[in-house]
Amino acid sequence: MLKSIAKASLLAAALALPLSVPSAQAEEMKDFKVCWSIYVGWMPWGYLQDSGIMKKWADKYGIDVEIVQINDYVESINQYTAGEYDGCSMTNMDALSIPAGGGVDTTALIVGDYSNGNDGIILKDKTDLADIKGQSVNLVELSVSHYLLARALDTVGLSEKDLTVVNTSDADMIAAYATPDVTSVVTWNPLLSEIEAQPNATKVFDSAGIPGEIIDVMMVNTGTLADNPDFGKALVGAWYELMAVISSDSDAGIEARTAMAEASGTDLAGYDAQLATTKMFYTPADAAEFTKSAELPETMKFVAEFLFDKGILGEGAPSPEFVGVSFADGSVYGDQNNVKLRFDPAFMQMAADGGL
Amino acid sequence: MRIINRKPSRVVSVALGLVPFVATITAYTIASHYRRLENPADKLLPSLESMGEAFWRMAAVPDRRSGDLLLWLDTFASLWRLGTGMAVSTLLALLFGIAIGFIPHVRGALAPYLATFSLIPPITVLPILFLTFGLGELAKIALIVIGTAPVMIRYTAQAVLDIPREMIIKAETLGASVWQMVTRLVLPQVLPKLISCLRLSLVPAWIFLISAEAIASTSGLGYRIFLVRRYLAMDVILPYVVWITLLAFLLDRALLLLSRRAFRWHHLGGDAL
Repeated sequence: MLKSIAKASLLAAALALPLSVPSAQAEEMKDFKVCWSIYVGWMPWGYLQDSGIMKKWADKYGIDVEIVQINDYVESINQYTAGEYDGCSMTNMDALSIPAGGGVDTTALIVGDYSNGNDGIILKDKTDLADIKGQSVNLVELSVSHYLLARALDTVGLSEKDLTVVNTSDADMIAAYATPDVTSVVTWNPLLSEIEAQPNATKVFDSAGIPGEIIDVMMVNTGTLADNPDFGKALVGAWYELMAVISSDSDAGIEARTAMAEASGTDLAGYDAQLATTKMFYTPADAAEFTKSAELPETMKFVAEFLFDKGILGEGAPSPEFVGVSFADGSVYGDQNNVKLRFDPAFMQMAADGGL
Repeated sequence: MRIINRKPSRVVSVALGLVPFVATITAYTIASHYRRLENPADKLLPSLESMGEAFWRMAAVPDRRSGDLLLWLDTFASLWRLGTGMAVSTLLALLFGIAIGFIPHVRGALAPYLATFSLIPPITVLPILFLTFGLGELAKIALIVIGTAPVMIRYTAQAVLDIPREMIIKAETLGASVWQMVTRLVLPQVLPKLISCLRLSLVPAWIFLISAEAIASTSGLGYRIFLVRRYLAMDVILPYVVWITLLAFLLDRALLLLSRRAFRWHHLGGDAL
């Protein structure tokens, strides 16, 4: 009996070991992995891997970078938070709530774009945002859609208490809209344009109303980046080489956009339409300037307060300032001693100055 | 003595039964300990204490936004859906199962259709369910019913067919009507088997319940798990998983007890899991 307990605990320890291998050790590494999921502003990540641009830049710094597509957005962030990946594409809001809230020190390496109409609120048979009062609103709860709704309600003097939020999976959003009991949805592209195209649908608010607040970023592990600056340089170099191509109407630009359109399940026209509602930062100078802007700390304050209000910063969090967020000028929002999310334009600036 | 003839004593048997549970908890604790050495705020494998705190918070502290005790709200919503769904499925199984098993013409008409229908994975026809039943409670219960009823009907029909032919002939010889045979012969034979079938069907029923709640809802055990998954709150998810397991276990035991009490004649045969 005792023997079998001893044996079982040995086995248990053996089973537990792979789970407990430290994820982000402070040391120099050669192999890096970043992940991304399908979204208009992140399609370039897939193209970087397929076109060999990433390999070119990784070789330049003598490292190896693998870019992996993950089908489920939240799962990709969870994998990054668990330490499986060194970087992951996500929004500013999810970066604060999942990795930073989970104690994984995270740096915004590449601020890629912000949603400028890609997220919106649609009402069925109604045309005014204020009509949303008293309705059931279908959305992915605790996502940027939820944040957009909260910000939109502010503008018409309503609050979430005036309506019922129904958590609805994004995969089922279009089917849900087709049912009679669903009268309003908040969602993102390409679902948004699909639903808006239906005859009884009116878009009453979109993220163009809160420009620069829903930001899409390549987030990387701060420790890994500090120990391996070449990892950051390779990613930034590859990204902006491709940005220059995409933003042009040259044959190479059209070819790249067509490939990304196909990878996201649409065609060139459809992809260009999505790009039109996305404010891409095609040059590192623009991205760095946005990261340094005075509005960013203001935005992160809104986001932190929203997350705190919804209980997402952790129930142990005594205030929205529980997790610290640092900005380009060295200022910190929140707890100075618990800075877990860093907006640092250094690498983007390096690319802008031609220092790669 | 050969190993198949060596029987553990009661004490050893209980101790042996505990070993895998203890081993799992030990493995978890070790893994969690090492991950938290690396990052004290690790969300993936939270400590047992923080899970206990989270469970207490969900069960006993009113939610800041709604003022509800979330665990009980979720449990009640989920059990209501599961209970209603399984009650409907059981009723369907009883009605259709006996009709199909006992009346050849009904069997001829429905058995092939049912055999085909029961093979459709319910999740694949979700959009059709939405259009038919809307997005509310009805759709969730319908998913549970569609997922479990066909198999239960087939199982019940088979149980009717398994009744020894001699007993039916004897009842006929004694002049019993069809209705009398259903109430006096078929039901006592089939009901305990229906309970076993119900116990087995609870497993897929829980799966369909959780999937249904993940799609569109405002409360429920599955809803909460999928919601807090958005910020990797394993300290809430893991206790919820344990809680669901416990609920499922209790339901299973309660049904077994009911069967033993109500249908003694069915349990004369010896060991049952």
